[in-house]
Amino acid sequence: MFFPRPEKWKRRKGEPLPWRGLYEKRLAQVRHLLLREFYQAGVVDAGTALADVPMVALDFETTGFDPDKDAIVSIGLVPFTLRRIFSSRGQYWVVNPGKRLKKESVVFHRITHSEVQERPDLSEVLPGLITAMTQSVVVVHYRQIERRFLDAAVRQRWEEGFIFPVIDTMDIEARLHRQDDKGWWTRLKAHLAARLLGRDRQSLRLAASRTRYNLPVYSPHHALTDALATAELFQAQAAWHFTPQTPVSDLWR
Amino acid sequence: MEVEQIEIANHLRRFEPFEALPEEVVARVAANADVVYHKAGSDILLLNDEIHEFYFIRSGVVELFRRDGEFYNRLGEGEIFGQMSLMMHNRVRFPTRALEDTLLYIIPKEIFDELCDNHEVFADFVEFGDRSRLRQTVSRAQQSNEMMRTKVSRLIGREPVIVDQTASVHQTAIKMTEERVSSVLVTDTNEDGESSVVGIVTDQDLRTRFIAPALEFDTPITAIMSANPVTLDANLYVFDAMLAMLRHNVHHLPLMRSQQAVGVIALSDLIRYESQNSLFVVAKLLRAQNQAELVSLGKDIDASFVRMVNEDANSHMVGSAMTVFGRSIFQRLVELAEEQLGPPPIPCCFLTLGSMARDELLPGGDQDNALVLDDSFDAVKHDGYFQKLAAFVSDGLAANGFPYCKGGVMATTDKWRQPRHVWSKYFADWIAYPSKDAMLNSSMFFDLDGVWGHTEWVIPFRQQIARQAANHNLFLSSLGRAALYRTPPLGFFKDFVLEQDGEHKNSLNLKRRGTAPLVALVRVHALAVGSTAQNTFERLEDIKAARYLPPGRPEALRDAMEIMSMVRQRHHAEQVQHKQKVDNNINPEDLSQFDRRNLKEAFQVLNDAQNFLKVRPVKGRGFKGAKRVFSTS
Repeated sequence: MFFPRPEKWKRRKGEPLPWRGLYEKRLAQVRHLLLREFYQAGVVDAGTALADVPMVALDFETTGFDPDKDAIVSIGLVPFTLRRIFSSRGQYWVVNPGKRLKKESVVFHRITHSEVQERPDLSEVLPGLITAMTQSVVVVHYRQIERRFLDAAVRQRWEEGFIFPVIDTMDIEARLHRQDDKGWWTRLKAHLAARLLGRDRQSLRLAASRTRYNLPVYSPHHALTDALATAELFQAQAAWHFTPQTPVSDLWR
Repeated sequence: MEVEQIEIANHLRRFEPFEALPEEVVARVAANADVVYHKAGSDILLLNDEIHEFYFIRSGVVELFRRDGEFYNRLGEGEIFGQMSLMMHNRVRFPTRALEDTLLYIIPKEIFDELCDNHEVFADFVEFGDRSRLRQTVSRAQQSNEMMRTKVSRLIGREPVIVDQTASVHQTAIKMTEERVSSVLVTDTNEDGESSVVGIVTDQDLRTRFIAPALEFDTPITAIMSANPVTLDANLYVFDAMLAMLRHNVHHLPLMRSQQAVGVIALSDLIRYESQNSLFVVAKLLRAQNQAELVSLGKDIDASFVRMVNEDANSHMVGSAMTVFGRSIFQRLVELAEEQLGPPPIPCCFLTLGSMARDELLPGGDQDNALVLDDSFDAVKHDGYFQKLAAFVSDGLAANGFPYCKGGVMATTDKWRQPRHVWSKYFADWIAYPSKDAMLNSSMFFDLDGVWGHTEWVIPFRQQIARQAANHNLFLSSLGRAALYRTPPLGFFKDFVLEQDGEHKNSLNLKRRGTAPLVALVRVHALAVGSTAQNTFERLEDIKAARYLPPGRPEALRDAMEIMSMVRQRHHAEQVQHKQKVDNNINPEDLSQFDRRNLKEAFQVLNDAQNFLKVRPVKGRGFKGAKRVFSTS
């Protein structure tokens, strides 16, 4: 199934996404009850100060990188605000990805076949997950995974898509450390300077990004730990580069 | 639903007090912890904010401040804060700021209470948290000793019997008989009707000063009383009373409460509080017939020392008792010398310097002494005698376990065997011209006390030093710099810095890096406020009264001194018991976790105080008695 996204081409580059309006449009078309409730609850105004935005850090471990072929294995979720990360209210699910568990990915997330066989299908976990996301802005490190996998998973099960605003900590790092938005001359200068000084491009991976804010090293590839790590990273980014008054629309995608 | 927070749990497990808790308990703490990031320089807790959780430092460094903004403590990874506030009405007591980028795990009060209720290790850890840890250690040690626990006022049997100074000896004797007492206080009443104690008369005084010389019955009582008697604050402890009696060789002590006598206690009142008595050891020392006998009493002193330490006597108590032993040996040695050499040809006073003068003597301390001679001193006629006297005493002290002073600060050195006016000039010169040598001498000779002879001569010296030093800012700042020469063996945070090589590898010298710099620092401040006290604790009282240091600082220094001294004394007692040579090198590994932590706190206090001295050079506040205003500039 294909859903056109007319809102996408109406928007000019750099203009913030009108998420509240998008929710309203979806609400008019949505069929599944859970999603209806999700859109009905709405989301904060675009102008809301970061300090007042309820957020959830989300992380998936998956069998691979293709949302159409691969599946979610585990989900970590941690609600938070700029003032506090409610890791005590964190949630963690391991689900059965079907036959898709690959040897290569097991190496990373260390969740094995025997472990997932007893686990429920994602459809049993979705109600809890969607409820936890309701009225919150999702924060992830590299939005392509969580956004696309969740959309695909919902689509496969309920035959309609799922959209939600996302703040991407990797995107924030990229904007700070890479010159992609700037002209070719600026980029070339930066590139040559980096080469001359023997410096490599700054890594944007979660662990590397965290060390730039003196955050401790956590062992990676556990969905709950990674969600916590992402929430911490966003608090650090907000403390260093934004203010509590920064409107959420500056950051959500 | 509690989710397993592996990262949090694993980290908590690496640190006190969580390392000692069962696995599942730590898992529960981790599952209930929240998290927050603070960038360097940002506030974490503000004074008087409500607080319902405590904080565990996952990474970074935070600094705690006092109410008045003064730096209080620095904590790093694995340490906790906020627990004191939880125990104190849920209000933030120490505003806290991130010194580096800091990640905190926030643990709620419910979990805190649960841990305190169910786990001794945890309760102990948090209850002795922060600086009050020292306080509690100190007071617990005090309480475990009968003589320190009992206030001397409890020994008061009755109101003091008083006669006015206009009374005759006869009237006084009648009153003593009627009241059936062995001593009476003589008072003076001023125009406002307030009376003050001007003297004391005992049965013995009646016998020796009245009957024996066959005086008239109407002789005024003031003629035979002991004027300006040694008194004691009624709030002090039995042990203080015993020390005062030993020290001044008196058998009756008037107890005072706000300048009013509330009772008199006699030596006999005290005896029952001490069975294996330090008093008896002193008595034996003072009766010793010769050098050899004195030396043989060393084992009694050792036994007394070990017993006091094992009974958890406080350091002041042990230091004072050891000083009394030391002084008794010293005095007896001079008397023995006199038996051989005859009495001194002119009046003189034997001085003791350093720790013995401060009442802080510990085993292994050097002998530091000097002779003050009458101004009629004529080197040709008299010095031969005093040289022999000094040599006899010095050799005797060495034989009794007081090693010769390596710096030659002994009466055997010509320079330190001089008439009063020369000493007075020495002191004035050291203060006026604060050279390096002058600073060395000042820190040695400005802790001085008389041991034998005209001991009252030290009083004008002390007054001269206090007066002149307090008026010489150059001197004070030089002495202040000298006091910073040795720093506590503490790394940037958390750990002890140990000797890296040599004989004492992996140990720290608790005297050189602990008590000595602290004593030096307190001395400078005491001189700045014009205090004539010698003992470190008493000096701190004067500094506190003068409000020279920020509030709370003198108390913190006192507790730090107490902790360092206690650890030192315990180390000494251990060595004495094992017949080892006494030293001050302590391996932190040998200490209990409790002592280690307290010692760290104590070093931290010293470190803070040294830093304070660095940024605010000492300035004299005038001689004692002048009105002082605490400056905030």
